[in-house]
Amino acid sequence: MELILAIAIGVLTGSGVWLILRPRTFQVIIGLSLLSYAVNLFIFSTGGLHVGQAPVLGPDGSGTLAEHADPVPQALVLTAIVIGFATTALFLVVLLASRGLTGSDHVDGREPR
Amino acid sequence: MMGWTQHLLIAPILLPMATGAALLLFDERRHRFKAGVNIASTLLLLILSIALLRIADISPGPGSLTHSYAVGGWPAPFGIVLVLDRLSALMLLLTSVLAAASMTYSLARWHRAGPHFHTLFQLLLMGINGAFLTGDLFNLFVFFEVMLAASYGLLLHGSGPVRVRAGLHYIAINLVSSLFFLIGVSLIYGVIGTLNMADLAMRLVEAEPGNRALFEAGAAILGVAFLIKAGMWPLCFWLPPAYTAAAAPVAAMFALLSKVGVYVVLRLSLLLFGSDAGALTGFGSQFLLFGGMATIVFGAIGVLATQSMGRLASYNLLVSSGTLLAAIGMGDAAVISGALFYLVSSTLTVSALFLLIELVERAQEPGANLLTVTMEAYGDEVDAEGDEEQEVGLIMPGALAIVGVCFGCIALLLAGFPPLSGFIAKFALLAAMFNPDGLGGEAGIGGPTWVFAALVILSGLAALISLLRTGIRTFWAPVEAVMPRVLVVEAAPIIVLIVACVVLTVQGAPLLRYTDAAAQSLHMPANYIDRVLPPSASGNETGEIER
Repeated sequence: MELILAIAIGVLTGSGVWLILRPRTFQVIIGLSLLSYAVNLFIFSTGGLHVGQAPVLGPDGSGTLAEHADPVPQALVLTAIVIGFATTALFLVVLLASRGLTGSDHVDGREPR
Repeated sequence: MMGWTQHLLIAPILLPMATGAALLLFDERRHRFKAGVNIASTLLLLILSIALLRIADISPGPGSLTHSYAVGGWPAPFGIVLVLDRLSALMLLLTSVLAAASMTYSLARWHRAGPHFHTLFQLLLMGINGAFLTGDLFNLFVFFEVMLAASYGLLLHGSGPVRVRAGLHYIAINLVSSLFFLIGVSLIYGVIGTLNMADLAMRLVEAEPGNRALFEAGAAILGVAFLIKAGMWPLCFWLPPAYTAAAAPVAAMFALLSKVGVYVVLRLSLLLFGSDAGALTGFGSQFLLFGGMATIVFGAIGVLATQSMGRLASYNLLVSSGTLLAAIGMGDAAVISGALFYLVSSTLTVSALFLLIELVERAQEPGANLLTVTMEAYGDEVDAEGDEEQEVGLIMPGALAIVGVCFGCIALLLAGFPPLSGFIAKFALLAAMFNPDGLGGEAGIGGPTWVFAALVILSGLAALISLLRTGIRTFWAPVEAVMPRVLVVEAAPIIVLIVACVVLTVQGAPLLRYTDAAAQSLHMPANYIDRVLPPSASGNETGEIER
């Protein structure tokens, strides 16, 4: 499972970095989204990988920490997803405004000569 | 701090949030009302931050300088804490002074140039205040994002192709830097197992040596995020276009955003890598020193080379960021104290310059200023604007003379000439650098210190040359000087900011005493840790996940 997760993060980061270095605004926004997926998975993985373990203690408060998943990275990743989603949506609006004002989807607002 | 006063600590975050949210409910056409609420809230914030400064400065003993506030009453390593010490109180006061000035300036016309200016302005204040007050890394991220999201909106305020293009680049860069921030935070959490800054500093000492490389990588990646914000070379190429494109009152607030990056670097490097940190002591300080010096060189070259006034102010901002980062890299308490004085003085100056630029450019080419571009984008609002001006109509007499005098004062401040506070700031920095043991000490002065001192002086010279050239071209060279229309509400904030610098000069001794105390307490992270973590929690190993 570790290997799959590591490869997934690596592939997402690699494609994201390549895309944000491209000149078209749409490629940049997709690159940013892929990068933020990669970062979210990375945050998730810092708590360690567990299968079938609850992040909260049982009703009687029993159990040791070895049997539970770390809840903090899960809370962090939730916050990061929300903030990343909102800022990406804002970026999309700016992208459309730029397209409308300059008539070009180049990141500099004009085609290179 | 007893009783209700302890809740004052969260007020600088709650007040702008409540004001910003409440202003959303009112129609955009009631701009007079919205402006009134906004300015009242900003002034209340100013009073609050003065009160907090007084609370932070009450010093019966060196141990009780830091105040912490557990949000929701949960104890520190598990709950969220806000921390007030001298440094954060000083930054809060600086924020509210600048906010009051740029808010007043925007009343002349800018606040009507687009929707939701007042809400965004208050949310920006909330983010900045939160970043200064927070005591854990993840909340720092959240407040950083609040601040950035508001700044995206404000940068685009007024619209127009130039702003949209600058905004596109600015948002992309900041989204990437937020990702760096997240990677750094989660690496640090993965290695150390906590996000509370005080807890982090405490556990760092006990961390396994094998994990140190990972922690250092995390801290470095986190640092990149703040250095992008602070504008350290080579991460600063985004800054001049973005700040030049912003509307004048927004650019004046943005001058402070760079200082938020500097603040976090200062706070974390002294807390985590201070003298108690064992093998990690001084991590990254060489990098900050040389990076800061490179930033000064880049900024000074930019100052000399640029033709446009907006870029001139942006490059001056880079010079001040570079000076601060290099001073943090020196790491000496006396240098940090001088740097804090320099931070206050230079931020006030650069903000005043950003505000003044619009007035000067109005004198240069009437009708060609940024506002006309804005109004073109908005089309039919031009007429409404004209009527409104007649109504507000309190025009400053002798505008050209006042603008000229302000420009001269700012040139003196940036160049670091007496009698204004720029001189005292640079003098305090240089005096601390040349006397590492205090006056009369015998310690040698290293090569980098000489270079840094030379750069501080030369960057002042560059600012002087460049501002002189611009001043002559603007105020003396034109045969037919155009009398700019300057409203009182536009001139007053600039004059207030310059008068604040004069007050800094006259009251230099108390302020330097304050920054000395702030720098001393930054160099004693043990105090900070003791105050933030309740005694029962320190050394408490239960509930810790072994990694």
